[in-house]
Amino acid sequence: MKGRALAILLVEDNGDHAEIIRRSFNSHQVANTIHHVTDGQAALDYLLRKGKYKDAKSSPRPDVILLDLRLPKVDGLEVLEKIKQTKELLRIPVVILTSSDADLDIARAYDFHANSYLVKPIDFRKFTDLMKDLGFYWLCWNVNPFVQGTPG
Amino acid sequence: MILLVEDNLDHAEIVMRSFKNQQMEHPIVHMTDGETALDYLLRRGEYANPDKSPRPDLVLLDLRLPKVDGLEVLKEIKQTKELRGIPVVILTSSQAGNDVKMACEYHANSYVVKPLEFTKFTELMRDLGSYWLGYNVNSTDQGNSA
Repeated sequence: MKGRALAILLVEDNGDHAEIIRRSFNSHQVANTIHHVTDGQAALDYLLRKGKYKDAKSSPRPDVILLDLRLPKVDGLEVLEKIKQTKELLRIPVVILTSSDADLDIARAYDFHANSYLVKPIDFRKFTDLMKDLGFYWLCWNVNPFVQGTPG
Repeated sequence: MILLVEDNLDHAEIVMRSFKNQQMEHPIVHMTDGETALDYLLRRGEYANPDKSPRPDLVLLDLRLPKVDGLEVLKEIKQTKELRGIPVVILTSSQAGNDVKMACEYHANSYVVKPLEFTKFTELMRDLGSYWLGYNVNSTDQGNSA
């Protein structure tokens, strides 16, 4: 369906969770590369191509962003807000992937136009199932907003 | 419950049949134009009574609609506090770059193109249902809090 490997930006400070996510996507049927950052500032630098992320080749614009909420340096909601207010970035789907099921977090995420809000399952098996389905949905079904006039 | 806004009756039939075939039964409310969809969501006119217009958990929205266009419906939903937490998935035949671009700019949660083949269509509906109604968490904020 798609010729190039799809790029995922994973913004996650929990090393164990990041490992599960990486492993799930490595075994995915859809070819992809995961770019992983561990704090909100690095996420913004990556997306805005600042500092060590200046090179577009090694820091390609992601096809989907998986964003945790509780992050060091710059909080996840702030990262989300910035993405959705930036012309070159607002079309990228942002999937909140967090341990929080607090009503306020959910409401605010949608206020800032998160595309989707997912709560990380505690069960390992459920977590990997979620990653598989998430990857397939956002990388295969959802239309990439930057690919113009995709042939049928 | 899914709110399906689709004026093409054949496509609406396929959507409803696809969901009927699934393990999880999702009731579908079907509207055939943008104005009625907005009346329903904004609880206007015959839909003023909330019992007659329960909030959908998911909106499947076509773009080319009579009376009020799909993008307008989308814009209205995403500008309304009580509605913006409801996922809106654009479900359309259009793959035009500009349609995708505008849908994203008005904050559609997702944009998918209707497959031509029935089997693929059912697979899409299955995955749509399981993702948005199974995994995704909606906001329960009805805009009543300060």
